[in-house]
Amino acid sequence: MKDNIIEVRGLHKKFKRTEALKGVDIDIKKGQVMVLIGPSGSGKSTLLRCMNLLEIPTQGDVIFEGRKINDKSVDINEVRKEMGMVFQSFNLFPHIKVIDNIILAPMKVRGMSKDEATQAGMELLKKVGIPEKANDYPAQLSGGQQQRVAIARALAMKPKVLLFDEPTSALDPEMIGEVLDVMKAVAFEGMTMVVVTHEMGFAREVGDMVSFMDEGLIVERAEPEKLFTAPENARTKLFLSKVLHSS
Amino acid sequence: MLDFTFIPRILPSLLKGAGVTLWLTAAAVGIGFIIGSFMGIMASGTSKLLGIVSKLYINVIRGTPLLVQIFLIYFGIPALIGASVPSTLAAIMALSINSGAYIGEIVRGGINSVDRGQFEAAFSLGMNRKLTMLHIIFPQAFKRIIPMLGNEFIAMLKDSSLVAVISMEELLRKGQLAVTRTFKPFEIYIVITLMYLVMTYCISLFVKWSERRFATDER
Repeated sequence: MKDNIIEVRGLHKKFKRTEALKGVDIDIKKGQVMVLIGPSGSGKSTLLRCMNLLEIPTQGDVIFEGRKINDKSVDINEVRKEMGMVFQSFNLFPHIKVIDNIILAPMKVRGMSKDEATQAGMELLKKVGIPEKANDYPAQLSGGQQQRVAIARALAMKPKVLLFDEPTSALDPEMIGEVLDVMKAVAFEGMTMVVVTHEMGFAREVGDMVSFMDEGLIVERAEPEKLFTAPENARTKLFLSKVLHSS
Repeated sequence: MLDFTFIPRILPSLLKGAGVTLWLTAAAVGIGFIIGSFMGIMASGTSKLLGIVSKLYINVIRGTPLLVQIFLIYFGIPALIGASVPSTLAAIMALSINSGAYIGEIVRGGINSVDRGQFEAAFSLGMNRKLTMLHIIFPQAFKRIIPMLGNEFIAMLKDSSLVAVISMEELLRKGQLAVTRTFKPFEIYIVITLMYLVMTYCISLFVKWSERRFATDER
């Protein structure tokens, strides 16, 4: 399909003892917000991490813009330039200032000048609402602020896709909203996003498509309205009844 | 009876020896840091071959006496190549190679102590291994190993006295020469002991200061 930016075909991932993915197929369309939900250990994060090859699939294909990328002949760094990632634990670089976190890769990887990168970086910091923190070190920021910087850092590379790996799971409850708001804004600007999350409200409101994973497989995939109101699979129903009741 | 009155006469010579000890140590740890950085990065990298090379280097050097290494370079190599090795060059080579192995192990530990997520974040931005090492991992590892590098400097300063046996005129050798002239071994070696102590103590103070200085912006 031409409008698919990522296609995953028959993906298996085996760790030493467990088989995390047991043959997953998924398409991500350009501009789509795909939300991956499911119980912990279901393989959501592994699937996401296989998309930019932080995990190497045991079997199957990851296709980005029509090209198979889990192949020895592909320079994975070239592909990763186009795929940003936001991590559960932020992973900001603690030894450099916030603005330097944002401009480092655009300068070293994209070859932007410092002035150009700094200007773009400040714009992004404004967008995520904390331009005044540019010259602070990451440790001086709250968790929510750090995650917003991490989103700005990923956006600074002007990626074609953003991968979010449980971006709010490590946050104090009162900081979840500010991060989700930034993600929402990014989604509304047309960014293609794949989001692993437990935030069902976000999935429902912002997601274009929701995939429910369980035991290494995508069990059900539907538009959020349908998946949340009329799930077909028994396991989806059970999972949703648990998470929706508790929240 | 003990007699320290002659000490001022030989002090200039001893101070000159202490100077040699200091620059010899600085050169050894400096070159050792370059060797050790490569070894540490090789040991924690993805290449199996480079990993084995660095492990071999580290284990061979750490598993053999420094004095034997000094002899091998100063007496062994000339026999092999048919030309003498100046004692200064032999001393610097032996001490740097030795220091490189210990620092290699320190650097490896430092790199391994950096959170896995730092690599992943850098990779996810399209940075290759080299950029990631240079800009993300190594600076963080370096901060953490400063105290250990300081200890290595102190250890090397003491171990450098071994090159006295190949006539390198550092502090201990200057003392030996003074003893042969004055026949006052106790007084001279006491003074030399104190001079080593003053040097190591000052360095340990510097290490403590730099530890605080470098730790300001993190966590």
